[in-house]
Amino acid sequence: MNSIIDRIKQNRLWDFAGGVHPKQFKSLSNKHEIAEVGLPETLYIPLKQHIGVEGKLNVGVGDKVLKGQALTHSTNPFAVPIHASTSGEIVAIDEHVSAHPSGKPETTVILKPDGLEKWCDLSPLSDYQTLPKATVVEHLCNAGISGMGGAGFPTHIKVGSEKPIHYLVINGIECEPYITSDDRLMREHAWQVRQGIDVLMHLLQPEFAIIAIEDNKPEAIQAMQVACQDADNYLVTSVPTKYPAGGEKQLIEVLTGQQIPKDKHPIDVGIVMQNVGTCFAIADAVFAGKPLIQRVVTLTGKALKAPQNVWGLIGTPISHLLEVAQYQAKKQKAPRVIIGGPMMGFTAASTKVPIVKISNCLLVPANKELPLPQDEMPCIRCGACADACPAGLLPQQLYWHAKSGELEKAQAFNLADCIECGACAFVCPSNIPLVHYYRTAKADIKIAQEEKEKSDRSKARFNARQERLEREKQEREEKRLQSAKAREQAKAAREARNQTQEVDNASQEASPQSAPVENKSDKVAAAIARAKAKKAAKNAQDDAPATNSSEKTDDNRAKESAGKSTPEPTTGQSKDERVAAAIARAKAKKAAQNAQDDAPATNSSEKTDDNRANESAGKSTPEPTTGQSKDERVAAAIARAKARKLEKEQAAKEDANKLTAETASVKEKPAPKTEVTASQETPVKDASTPKVTQKPSANETEEERQKRVAAAVAKAKARKAERDKAKAQQEHQNNSSNSGEH
Amino acid sequence: MTLFAIFAIAILALLFGALLGFAGIRFKVEGDPIVEQIDELLPQTQCGQCGYPGCKPYAEAIANGEEINKCPPGGDATIKNIANLLGVEAKPLNEAHGEADVKKVAYIREDECIGCTKCIQACPVDAIVGATRQMHTVIIDECTGCDLCVAPCPVDCIDMVPVKEDSKHWRWQLDSIPVKQVK
Repeated sequence: MNSIIDRIKQNRLWDFAGGVHPKQFKSLSNKHEIAEVGLPETLYIPLKQHIGVEGKLNVGVGDKVLKGQALTHSTNPFAVPIHASTSGEIVAIDEHVSAHPSGKPETTVILKPDGLEKWCDLSPLSDYQTLPKATVVEHLCNAGISGMGGAGFPTHIKVGSEKPIHYLVINGIECEPYITSDDRLMREHAWQVRQGIDVLMHLLQPEFAIIAIEDNKPEAIQAMQVACQDADNYLVTSVPTKYPAGGEKQLIEVLTGQQIPKDKHPIDVGIVMQNVGTCFAIADAVFAGKPLIQRVVTLTGKALKAPQNVWGLIGTPISHLLEVAQYQAKKQKAPRVIIGGPMMGFTAASTKVPIVKISNCLLVPANKELPLPQDEMPCIRCGACADACPAGLLPQQLYWHAKSGELEKAQAFNLADCIECGACAFVCPSNIPLVHYYRTAKADIKIAQEEKEKSDRSKARFNARQERLEREKQEREEKRLQSAKAREQAKAAREARNQTQEVDNASQEASPQSAPVENKSDKVAAAIARAKAKKAAKNAQDDAPATNSSEKTDDNRAKESAGKSTPEPTTGQSKDERVAAAIARAKAKKAAQNAQDDAPATNSSEKTDDNRANESAGKSTPEPTTGQSKDERVAAAIARAKARKLEKEQAAKEDANKLTAETASVKEKPAPKTEVTASQETPVKDASTPKVTQKPSANETEEERQKRVAAAVAKAKARKAERDKAKAQQEHQNNSSNSGEH
Repeated sequence: MTLFAIFAIAILALLFGALLGFAGIRFKVEGDPIVEQIDELLPQTQCGQCGYPGCKPYAEAIANGEEINKCPPGGDATIKNIANLLGVEAKPLNEAHGEADVKKVAYIREDECIGCTKCIQACPVDAIVGATRQMHTVIIDECTGCDLCVAPCPVDCIDMVPVKEDSKHWRWQLDSIPVKQVK
């Protein structure tokens, strides 16, 4: 452990395999101080500027915002908020070309600056050392800080880790040619960078902080050494210039000789790495309370008259910065702005592309300064790429497999470990854009994985649905069996009725008992009985057309079953039988219906029915032996009929006889209706739901709805006609093709 | 001597017979593993374009000698994978079952939906939510783009919309970086 520190102190560092030495061109832009640039006309602030997910919007179109005001808030550990880079008005929240190689539009807050630069209330955490770690970490998250070195990993996740940390490595390597933003930052703001390191030291509690700077930046090294001279465990180290020494795993190998295993992170070996720009932003957030709203951007390339470093507000379109650096269009054959360095950068899709938290450089090369992508030549298997690869991969193999779409084989050659540094493409004598192939293959692998996940999910959903359908089918089958059983029982009951006549006597006994009970449930029961009776009467009517009205037959039946009318009707026994059968059928149907929907009302009425039946039978037999229960049911039916009669009589006292008949029929009508329709559950629901749900919510009138329905019907008809036509055509075709085949 | 030989062979036969019998019970494979493997490779859109009521039945049919090129959503990649698995030659996609198309998801024009639930019943992965006489909508993340809900809709309010490509799902196509005029 200490040998590592000793070696660093003696500047006897390790080395990583591979790497290249491209020309630096750093002096182009590192001669001037970081300049302030004026406000652009419009700022385009993308919601997502880091690895992870975007936050939730706090603001809406038309809102006035102050400088530093949060535009989104974090809802997820991987969400980092964004902030207004200046005060002004939000004119739109829309899709805007992104600072991504694809240039695909992403949701962006479009801010019109008002020029006042009025800050919102800032809340610094100067006493961070006395505060709990979680508070400071949350503060960093709310300040919108994500890694500014290139990948944009949320800083609060890195520093919020509970794992023991040995070394904090501050990455001031800046190994890409042309870029000098970190260099200038360290030279001019070494003390603030140091303050940021202090905060990180407090949060992570490592043994040492190693500030690694490439040896082509002597001024920066000196400035940092001065800033850190009072702290023993801050080591400012000069690292030999080699591309890509600034890569995370490469730098760790240079400093400690340790290689980070595949699929592991530096934190797993006790190392955390932060970029100097991130340290500066942390210091800003903690000591000044300022969120991350600006960064140093290198404007360089020979097509710019005034290459320099500037403080670019997040969201500044690159066209504004090009103006500042005096872009000379005539020095470029075709307009070309590279975001990032020449090795890993990408061509901007448009000059409206905004500066985001990870944009460290705009490179505008003149003709011949950077070779345009040249025609790709066949691979000659020279192996130069394998020598150059800093990750120890076999770029050639990866190339073959990526090119031929053999993703599995490419993965077997550890494609995922490629850091896309571009060293292989840089040395390739055949000008093969190797990294492009790897990126394509990586994207394909990622998409294939996502598709696989999705297909697994849809498979699970499909299976769940199949299971559900199967279960529902079984339930239906069970219900069918149950109702069949009930029918059977009812049939038996009818037979029993024929055999025994004593039941009538029993019900006679019961009548005085049930008569005085005149509560609601009785009425319900009576209504049900009436409905049943009516249905039975209807059946009876078919046989006896002589009877005038169903009401009359009803009355007859009620009288007869009550045992009061001694003379038997003309149809006699056979009619009785039919009535009983009808009752039984109605009951069976009702039982089936009850099993289907557990309407508590009907249940209770059924219950009271049963109770009443028990009572009226006067036998009070709790044991439902089959014969007994049949008797009971018959008795119940009779009792119900009686109850109905009683009611009628009461009504007769109040009104004239004719009126009674009318009201009875009115009362009866809805009952059989539900009986009939309830078996088709859905249409009933159809009829009832819209009334319940649409009336309160929709403003649309009945008319409108009808219109819509009419339109839908018309559409459906048209469609059906079309389909029929298509079908006919298809048939015709099939016929003709069939005949053609034979 | 001959008797001894017969005896020895008989003993050996019995021994191996017992061993084989034991192995047959001990290492018995439930179901057909190849069906599961094929099912894994199919895209699980459950669209039925192959002529079977779902991916699993088609996997079973393939295991029983059905052609492997009847899956348009899977396209050539799936055909290649199945061909590799079964050790048969990859064939071009059978156009009779449809063409490989860009990925799509269903979209219900909600103000036109009459709430008939027909599409809900048709969806093989329960990706449509709604109720009778209520507006329905598609859960885009769960939609497999199988097309099965389009035909049952009585008012034709379902569209198949191509999935929009975002920067996350960009495939880094070579030479497709649009370079525009720098002003």
